[in-house]
Amino acid sequence: MATTVARRPLVQVDALRHYYGAAARRGKPVIEDVNLTLYEGEIVGLLGRSGSGKSTLLRSIAGLITPDEGDVRFVSDPDRDTPDIAMVFQTFALFPWLTVLQNVELGLEARKVPAQERRDRALAAIDLIGLDGFENAYPKELSGGMRQRVGLARAIVVDPALLLLDEPFSALDVLTAETLRTDLLDLWFEGRMPIKSMLIVTHNIEEAVLMCDRILVFSSNPGRVAAEIRVDLPQPRDRLDPAFRAMVDDIYARMTARPSPVPVREGLFPGLGIAMVLPRVSTNSLAGLMEEVDASAFDGKASLADLADELQLEVDELLPMAETLQLLRFADLGGADLKLTPAARRYASADVDARKALFAQALLAHVPLAQHIRRILDERASHIAPARRFRDELEDHMSPEYADETLRTVILWGRYAEIFAYDEDSDQFSLEDPA
Amino acid sequence: MSKMPPAARGLRSFSRLLRIAPPNRADMIAFLLLAAAAVLLVRGAQGIVQPLSQLRIQPVALDPWNLPGYALRTTLRMFAALGASIVFTLVVATLAARSRRAGQIIVPALDILQSVPILGFLTFTVTFFMGLFPGRQLGVELAAIFAIFTSQAWNMAFSFYQSLRSVPSDLEEVSRGFALSPVRRFLRLDLPFGTPALVWNAMMSMSGGWFFVVASEAITVGNTTVNLPGIGSWLAIAIEHRDFTAVGWAVAAMAVVILLYDQLVFRPVVAWADRFRFEQTASNDRPRSWAYDLFRRTRLLPLLFAPVTGLGRLLLALDRPRARSASPRRALLGPRAVDLLWTGLISAAVLFAVWTILTYVSHTLNWHDALHVLGLACLTMVRVLVLIALASLVWVPIGVWIGLRPKWAERLQPVAQFLAAFPANVLFPFAVMAIVHWDLSPGIWLSPLMILGTQWYILFNVIAGASAIPTDLREAAGMFGVRGFQWWRRVALPGVFPYYVTGALTASGGSWNASIVAEAVSWGHERLRAPGLGAFIADATAAGDYPRVALGIATMSLFVILFNRLLWKPLYGFAERRLRLA
Repeated sequence: MATTVARRPLVQVDALRHYYGAAARRGKPVIEDVNLTLYEGEIVGLLGRSGSGKSTLLRSIAGLITPDEGDVRFVSDPDRDTPDIAMVFQTFALFPWLTVLQNVELGLEARKVPAQERRDRALAAIDLIGLDGFENAYPKELSGGMRQRVGLARAIVVDPALLLLDEPFSALDVLTAETLRTDLLDLWFEGRMPIKSMLIVTHNIEEAVLMCDRILVFSSNPGRVAAEIRVDLPQPRDRLDPAFRAMVDDIYARMTARPSPVPVREGLFPGLGIAMVLPRVSTNSLAGLMEEVDASAFDGKASLADLADELQLEVDELLPMAETLQLLRFADLGGADLKLTPAARRYASADVDARKALFAQALLAHVPLAQHIRRILDERASHIAPARRFRDELEDHMSPEYADETLRTVILWGRYAEIFAYDEDSDQFSLEDPA
Repeated sequence: MSKMPPAARGLRSFSRLLRIAPPNRADMIAFLLLAAAAVLLVRGAQGIVQPLSQLRIQPVALDPWNLPGYALRTTLRMFAALGASIVFTLVVATLAARSRRAGQIIVPALDILQSVPILGFLTFTVTFFMGLFPGRQLGVELAAIFAIFTSQAWNMAFSFYQSLRSVPSDLEEVSRGFALSPVRRFLRLDLPFGTPALVWNAMMSMSGGWFFVVASEAITVGNTTVNLPGIGSWLAIAIEHRDFTAVGWAVAAMAVVILLYDQLVFRPVVAWADRFRFEQTASNDRPRSWAYDLFRRTRLLPLLFAPVTGLGRLLLALDRPRARSASPRRALLGPRAVDLLWTGLISAAVLFAVWTILTYVSHTLNWHDALHVLGLACLTMVRVLVLIALASLVWVPIGVWIGLRPKWAERLQPVAQFLAAFPANVLFPFAVMAIVHWDLSPGIWLSPLMILGTQWYILFNVIAGASAIPTDLREAAGMFGVRGFQWWRRVALPGVFPYYVTGALTASGGSWNASIVAEAVSWGHERLRAPGLGAFIADATAAGDYPRVALGIATMSLFVILFNRLLWKPLYGFAERRLRLA
């Protein structure tokens, strides 16, 4: 498909930019300077972690969001006036009070397609997607995979030129997801759907490499296209193919790449000093990851792709953990590899108290917000400080949601390291232990 | 089904529409029930159009043979009000959810109206509606129906508004993605999604409505006294004549009516509405109703609902498809100037209202009156607080005990709901007789009447809460030998607390309202009064003293709102934050 000459463009996105919240009080942009042209006959993947604006881009193209700046243009087609778009949702978004057939008919009904034609087309789509026999079932009677098939049938029945898929398989178990993926690809390559192009949002790197002709890797906060990768492997693709593995590793490396060559190690997380946005990573996961990499199978160094496989983690979960280790100087992220530092190896073999001490050291040395809270508590005679104070400070630098998340994270880490205590009822930090 | 050619499919649905198959036994039963309902409807409606003088020629008589007819008239009033409430809800709540500006007015208005003592309204509405249809029963009927309407509409509208605001975002995106027109979106998404909550609220409102229908049929405002044929009037006359047997008849009639409408109307509707519950997995304990199962087996049902579905179809047919625009409407927020103008208009209206009220009230009342009313309100508040506390002490342990035993809960939950629906004011005469007989102090012993009807909300909410305590928590508590006081403090009370708050909030609001009829009751010539805000409003109403009624209502609304804001909302927030079992 990728070799098609003189491909016709389908959608053009120019200089897209969108902000959090109402346009009136501009916060940070969710997504910034995104340009993208979708051509006919290709599957394009949007890869990034949550909060990187993939969904915003998808919804801007779907017309569900009006971007604050920039332009989404549909290149007109002599055959039809505007290219139709349909979307498949992560949560399936089926109407629980409508049957499978009624759900599939919904889009046609809205277009006032005559009843008989509507029914025929819906039944054909249900057939195509492998749901015959379930026409009169209600969604709650179906398994997750079946529900997503309804979602797919509902989308393709309106003959869209462009099919948007928002993490379509991430709510399904591994086996079901694989079957559905294969079925969708079969339909696509056999040309049995009228769809001219597919745009799929995912945070599963293997899924992206498996399905897409082109992958756009998004960096987060603000969301930008960090890299564009062309996948020229022949279909059907094999996960065990070395070229496939190499490509997955390459994407891991790109996703952990520092956005700027400045040698600041905190640079991975947006923001500097106390303005750094901290991801919600539990100390248990960190300990588990360090133990895993420390164990004999990896002996202190592991490729991220292998780790994700071994631990059954999505990029979205693994990368924040790996980057937190890097922030705390427990690991070095070089390319697609994670290499534990001597401190981390000591941590992995230490007992509980020693682990806490090591963690506390790392926290106070490398996380400015933890340092800041501890210093304020030390300075005050009462050794008590309201959390609101820090929340306000954080909100000067980031959106309230991020501020809340960051504060929760630092509370979680601080409690584990026992460098301060926090009481939820009074919303206060203190130095005292409840004991 | 998929093997069938398209033409056959079309044929099959066509035959289903025409009901070619012969009627079955369920059809017969359903037909008889429906025909009877139709006859009753016509019979009941006949009286409404008659002139008011007819009531003087044919006053309400305490003859048990008349009672079914009276019960019918009362029930029809209830359903007329319910119908009006549903229409009001669909229109007003949808408007509030769709238009930001309308919402700015409607939402706070509904919130406040929910707390206004409805019985106080009667004074104003009766005069208004009687003026509208002078000399006809219709005016008084409308006033009574309006009184019931005011007890139902606000919280139904509020709940529907909240449903509309919480429509799942993915379904909303599907609707927008397929460019569903507003009408289609409402019928396909908003209405079904809001239905379960609306049905539940209608049921609760109906319970409250019985209380007011009894109070609003025998209307005395100043010199005008009207007794509309109905159970409420029957009761009022029985009380006047100190006719103990007649009161007993009224209680029995009430019980039968409530049982019937519960079985024939609400259970089926609840069972039907279950399909609209927004859940992705089928739950095991679905609400059941024999009447619903019966009607479902008939082939008459679609015909019966043909007008409703027909209206929906007509709306959809008239609805024009919109060309799908590549970019959605950009101007969701109007220009600032319009906003400013709107805010200005609202402020002007509020100022005008304040000024009108102040000039009206200050003509006849002074600060002394205001202080006096405040004092009375505090008295009533003490009663409400003490009673809620007492009722909690009694019903929380009992509710927990029942809730933890599924067999009992299953049987007693409907009983508690029935008791909550039963208009407690029907039972007041018994209390009065007891007080007179033992020569008790009305100031203290009339108070329990306020909570007589509303305590059940505490009971059935606590039962629901206790049944919802997860088995694993209970097993864990049992394994570690948690029992006695510790068990209550650590397991039972935190588990039922969120439910308890809901029940207590309803009970307290209801008690404030009930004080208007509970603080001043009579039995023949025996008149008992407990000093308080309720008695104040009741007296002012009887005397036709509008400024005092207005003052009393305003004060009571203020107290209820403050109560909700300062006591229940924080408790609710605490329960949501800390005690909700995720």
